[in-house]
Amino acid sequence: MIWARKDLLGLEELSREEIELILDTAESFKEVSSREIKKVPALRGKTVVNLFYEPSTRTRVSFEIAAKRLSADVINIAAETSSVRKGETLIDTGTNIQALKADIVVIRHNFSGAAVMLARKLDISVVNAGDGWHEHPTQALLDMFTLKEKLGRIEGLRVCVVGDIAHSRVARSNIWGLTRLGAKVTVCAPKMLIPPGIEQMGVDVSYDIDEALSGADAVNVLRMQFERDAREAFPREMDYFRKFGITRERIKKTGRNIIVMHPGPLNRGIEIASDVADGANSVILEQVTNGIAVRMAVLFLVSQAHDKRFSAD
Amino acid sequence: MIKDSLLIKNGRVIDPASRTDGIKDILCCGNRIISVDSGINEKASKVIDASGCIVMPGLVDMHVHLREPGREDKESVSSGTAAAARGGVTSVLAMPNTEPAIDSAENVALLKKIIRCGARVNVFISSAITRERQGKELVAFDLLKKSGAAAFSDDGCSVDSGELLLKALVKSRDKGFLIICHCEDRKLSAGGAVNLGPVSTRMGLKGISAESEYRRVERDISLAAKARARVHIAHVSCAESVEIIARAKKKGIRVTAETAPHYFSLTEEAVLGYDTNMKMNPPLRRREDLEAVKRGLREGIIDAIASDHAPHTENEKEVEFHLAEFGVTGLETELSVAVTELINGGVLDWRGLAEKMSLNPSSILGIKKGTLSEGADADAVIFSPREEWVVNAEDFASKSRNSSFLGKKLQGRVRYTVCSGKVIYAAE
Repeated sequence: MIWARKDLLGLEELSREEIELILDTAESFKEVSSREIKKVPALRGKTVVNLFYEPSTRTRVSFEIAAKRLSADVINIAAETSSVRKGETLIDTGTNIQALKADIVVIRHNFSGAAVMLARKLDISVVNAGDGWHEHPTQALLDMFTLKEKLGRIEGLRVCVVGDIAHSRVARSNIWGLTRLGAKVTVCAPKMLIPPGIEQMGVDVSYDIDEALSGADAVNVLRMQFERDAREAFPREMDYFRKFGITRERIKKTGRNIIVMHPGPLNRGIEIASDVADGANSVILEQVTNGIAVRMAVLFLVSQAHDKRFSAD
Repeated sequence: MIKDSLLIKNGRVIDPASRTDGIKDILCCGNRIISVDSGINEKASKVIDASGCIVMPGLVDMHVHLREPGREDKESVSSGTAAAARGGVTSVLAMPNTEPAIDSAENVALLKKIIRCGARVNVFISSAITRERQGKELVAFDLLKKSGAAAFSDDGCSVDSGELLLKALVKSRDKGFLIICHCEDRKLSAGGAVNLGPVSTRMGLKGISAESEYRRVERDISLAAKARARVHIAHVSCAESVEIIARAKKKGIRVTAETAPHYFSLTEEAVLGYDTNMKMNPPLRRREDLEAVKRGLREGIIDAIASDHAPHTENEKEVEFHLAEFGVTGLETELSVAVTELINGGVLDWRGLAEKMSLNPSSILGIKKGTLSEGADADAVIFSPREEWVVNAEDFASKSRNSSFLGKKLQGRVRYTVCSGKVIYAAE
């Protein structure tokens, strides 16, 4: 299997083999972070630009560490403090970054499709670090990497994704990735947070968290973003916790050793109880660690594909 | 030799108004057709050999945004009508959402002046229904009609107040003018970018429900019934709207409707790559909706095809999908898209196509166009029905390039467009 894509924009368009290649590559990179000198020269002389239109600490830092452990030079651009505030368009910002001879742009944007559009306009690699409600491929890849590490496989697993499915890029990327690797996915949320036609993405829908958890091997608990769409009717926070919050009792009731994941940052006591987040079933901090290996793999693979493209010209 | 004359020879003349379908010659003198017959032997000052071509009445597009005055960066009367000429369109109805909006006799006079200087085809003017299209205060219908407004529409906006629209409809019946309704309940559609459903879900975009359209179609038709007035529904895109219009027609309510070429040729799937040239309002819908629109055309539920030509600059389209303007151009592709989808697809025959694209919109607007009968205005489109061509942005006469059909191979190519007896476009 050879990686041939210049960009990583989403998991929807990836084949099973491509996803497995990223996960296998991540596995070989994981060890780097446990070395005394946490660095390999794979991207030496390359420049990675983190272009973030939305505030994000976790994902941005993870990408930055990943790039640095590959010996790349890293520049961070936060839209609030850049020329974007002076009205520069996304395309102009992108072509300027390209003109600065950067090799990879990692983009986080509040509008769906922004990474796709940028990738179409640029010759350099674009990695999607989350676009609107659309996709957040590296998050789903690190979720899958963690699952595989814990349970030895993805094929045949039953995974429940619970939370604001309608407005979640993490949910969409998880759905594409997990189903492509043969897992069975159930999404669970109050009706108003289940978008129309989600079944056509190959998932089951449940409005009852206990039903959704029974028989599950893992649950991915999404962050409830009550601030996101204030105009729409959202469930009240405590009400949500009572009906959908992941508690120790709920896990216990299933009689299974369910793995608990969360993309962070946590809303303790809203979507997840503290004792679950910090408990034995939680792999939340391991996800954070694995995020680095997965992002190293992605940066490495797209830069390789890019080099090949150019040497073939 | 007849002075100032044009002879169109040997074309297959399709003219539903005079029930003509056959190889004929058309002799025009000045701006009129003086004879339609086989083997006309008069010597004309210009002769077009139309062998192998179809000759139809020039297309009448009752939904066009010429953008002038105010947004000449997108389009002007001159460039927009040049685009019309290239597409075989000889009459357009210009929508009033300009800057300023066409909502007063003064603004109609201003636009008329621009038209006199720059228009290549016949431009009819639609006034707004309400001042500045704000949905608050009705325009002075009488004055506007007298100054030359051919119809009234708040296009781009629906008149949210049912009470106000009812008043307008009652006046339209009494004074004999046409109200055109853009049907959209903004309370349901606000913030949406694509059709609500599996595609909006996959793309992570807010959806525009079919409901936001058809509920308003339903309301506007029932208001027209109450006022015992005529009403015309713009850009029908979904199956429910087609059903509602069909039922209203059966009941004898005087409703007419138009659809645009993209609604019978493309579905929401076309938006999946975040191509902003697939973003328009109403949005591309499901396959079932496309089929319903075709059925509506076939069964006479939808009376007319109009492009909703909506030019936008690259700056307004080459942005994040959510931020991109709604709307696509259509004047230069509508005939070919209709031939490709409707003639080849067995939805309409040539006569039906001439009705939907010329005769019917003329009668809806009450203008003396849409026919090639003797004595009529010499407006015609001459096209080779089988010729294929690829849509190329470089070739557009429009100032804008935001077509949904870029790179697509279409069938049916305009060879000549004749307007008022003059050849205003000839393919090289």
